[in-house]
Amino acid sequence: MLMNLFKFKGGVKPPSNKLQSNHLPIAQAPMPSRLVVPLHQSIGGTPQPIVAAGDHVLKGQKIGEADGWISAAVHAPTSGTVLEVAMHVRPHPSGLDSLCVVIEPDGKDEWITRTPIDHKAAAPADVFHHLQQCGIVGLGGAGFPAHGKLTPSKGVAMDELIINGAECEPFITCDDLLMRERADEVVRGIAVFRDLLQPKRVLIGIEDNKPEAIAAMQAAVDAQNEPFSVVAVPTLYPAGGAKQLIRVLTGKEVPGSMRSTADMGVQVFNVGTAYSAWRAVAHGEPLISRILTITGNVHAPRNYEVLIGTPMGELLALAQPHPDTDGILMGGPMMGFLVPNPQVPVVKTTNCLIAHDDRLFPPKAPEMPCIRCGSCAQVCPHELQPFEMYWFSRAKNFGKTQEYNIFDCIECGCCSYVCPSRIPLVQYFRFAKSEIWAREREKNAADAAKSRFEFKQVREEREKAEKAEKLAKAAAAQAAKKAAEAAAAANTENATAPTAETVTTPAVADPAAAAVNPEKEAKRATIEAAMARAKAQREAVQPKNTESLTPEQQKAAAEIEARRVAAHLIEPEPVASAPASEKPE
Amino acid sequence: MDILLAIAIMALGAVVLGAALGFAAIKFKVEGDPLVEKIEAILPQTQCGQCGFPGCKPYAEAIVNGEEINKCPPGGTEGVQRLADLLGREVKPLDAEEKPKSVAIIDENTCIGCTLCIQACPVDAIVGAAKQMHTIIGQQCTGCELCLPPCPVECIHMEVIQETIDNWKWKYPVVEMRVETTDKAAPMKEAA
Ligand code: SF4
Ligand code: SF4
Ligand code: SF4
Ligand code: SF4
Repeated sequence: MLMNLFKFKGGVKPPSNKLQSNHLPIAQAPMPSRLVVPLHQSIGGTPQPIVAAGDHVLKGQKIGEADGWISAAVHAPTSGTVLEVAMHVRPHPSGLDSLCVVIEPDGKDEWITRTPIDHKAAAPADVFHHLQQCGIVGLGGAGFPAHGKLTPSKGVAMDELIINGAECEPFITCDDLLMRERADEVVRGIAVFRDLLQPKRVLIGIEDNKPEAIAAMQAAVDAQNEPFSVVAVPTLYPAGGAKQLIRVLTGKEVPGSMRSTADMGVQVFNVGTAYSAWRAVAHGEPLISRILTITGNVHAPRNYEVLIGTPMGELLALAQPHPDTDGILMGGPMMGFLVPNPQVPVVKTTNCLIAHDDRLFPPKAPEMPCIRCGSCAQVCPHELQPFEMYWFSRAKNFGKTQEYNIFDCIECGCCSYVCPSRIPLVQYFRFAKSEIWAREREKNAADAAKSRFEFKQVREEREKAEKAEKLAKAAAAQAAKKAAEAAAAANTENATAPTAETVTTPAVADPAAAAVNPEKEAKRATIEAAMARAKAQREAVQPKNTESLTPEQQKAAAEIEARRVAAHLIEPEPVASAPASEKPE
Repeated sequence: MDILLAIAIMALGAVVLGAALGFAAIKFKVEGDPLVEKIEAILPQTQCGQCGFPGCKPYAEAIVNGEEINKCPPGGTEGVQRLADLLGREVKPLDAEEKPKSVAIIDENTCIGCTLCIQACPVDAIVGAAKQMHTIIGQQCTGCELCLPPCPVECIHMEVIQETIDNWKWKYPVVEMRVETTDKAAPMKEAA
């Protein structure tokens, strides 16, 4: 395929370390002892659990309902019994827990009835719904629900659909193997995306270090007679970044501020996403397993097809880790992170597990001061100035980091990779970004609190004014009534008018004040009564410690009791008077 | 004739510009003291009164009139720092101990529905009716603790906000740093 390719700025060439794991076919991982399926596995709303402990579930049965449009359902990876719906650690750099459904497999692996959808006949909205209900999310990176990316932006023609098979991170070979072995279904999935998006061109970008995958994909495209171009892109990290791949294949520069590439008429999907979308459309299979690479400090690196929810430790054991393995890295060495413990389950976005040891990843020598050599700026694919952003992140001057466009940073790690002073630049950027987000949240909360506070003040003012007005009115009415009575008694027409007026004016203040006091009194009395009741209630549940008391203590207790009784006796009086005095209100 | 036209144009211009200025003066009117607003933007709006003023705005006004800047415990040391930066004053240690951010929780079984806490809450974060159980809307609670003292049955307590995946933050990179994403992959030729 001859095509004019473009170049993105920067980039690095770390040792690829892919040969260890790509020479063996994909193997099926055995059924684990139990599956821990986190409910929140994609960007967007957290799916709500729809099963409870003790329920029997079938393979592919929905266990978490999508919450909102940008969210995708979660399914039981095999048949079995739900042990619990509880907080368990999930693969996240924080090492914190989130809600998970724990399933004990029954070994039968019994499927639920699957309903495929004819995507050509069905309305697009039904296809989106089907994909959402099948839990199809982007398998390349952050896990964005696939159906959310399948509508073109309004007013922008969809020029290119780009399929990302670059797989630029070292060690990872799962997309490579998927394309080699299942190219046919990947291409069918791409055709589904094409039918929904109606782009002018479809480009499949694969790094040129995967000749077998390129050949397999080309063969599948030819066999299905699709007008897709399979393009070999130069191997250069991070060619697999969405914006970099768009740049290489189309020459388009995606501005950092742009939220969706659809606004530029381009949409990017990972090959794995296309494959699972096809399984969902043609076979009604939800996303319950994925292919992942197990490599690093192990005896037998290989790709496995793995059920979502399988504990990582059990998987690593399949590849026979060397005894000095001291951790599991999820993702690649450039962008991945160490998981907190081996019980962490595989999720939809887990593409690689690397057994960690000091030989592969030597402990970092201490960080040295920045010498402003500029190497980091040279390799940054987004043409940022990492040393400036580092300087201000370190000084916690977050406003300045934003001036240097810290939010354009994709955390690819090129800058840290080349820095001669071994500064963990990306960690500084992550720190700065999450601080900025937190501040944003705090600011919003403070603004909300402020407006609520101000609203309450206004309301209180108004209520006060209304109350005063009401009281004045009531007093006036009473005075008028009295005056009328007096007038009736006197029964002289001439005297009525002046009397009413003279009586009304001074009466306004007095009854008002009088009305406030009994009302307050009544309220206080009611509260006191309630307090006493609550106290009695509390005492009733408290264990009795009145046995085995000394005579003195007993005497004291009796005295207190007497006083309590007295208090109870006083109570009813103001309470009884309450209704009467509440009338003017 | 020409001169008349010139005068007319100038006069028209004056009228138009005058109208524009007058409009701008009304439309973009700066309300209140801008410095007070800047200070208020830094204060956390907890409205707790721990500074000795009945709310954040009165404290902001007091600061402009010379009050110390270290009297807002919810704002913490960082708040003092930011105020110092804004006002060009010296950073002083906080006039109280810093507490982790918390929210108030009502024990709904004990609540007698006296409505006293509603009246105390500065941001209307408590809902309930007389003689009915009350409850606090966690997202709106600023953690000011003003509802605690009025409760006659002491059924309100504060709970520290736990760290979750949603509010978790990356830590400042220090020595405790684990071997991370940014490590170089050593060549694996011997293993291959
Ligand atoms: S590569 Fe490292 S030392 Fe060189 S300018 Fe960047 S941060 Fe500084
Ligand atoms: S991590 Fe960010 S700053 Fe560093 S090279 Fe990548 S995009 Fe540039
Ligand atoms: S102490 Fe409380 S009321 Fe005073 S400024 Fe701080 S948050 Fe506002
Ligand atoms: S003050 Fe206490 S008892 Fe009264 S309504 Fe509030 S929580 Fe309930």
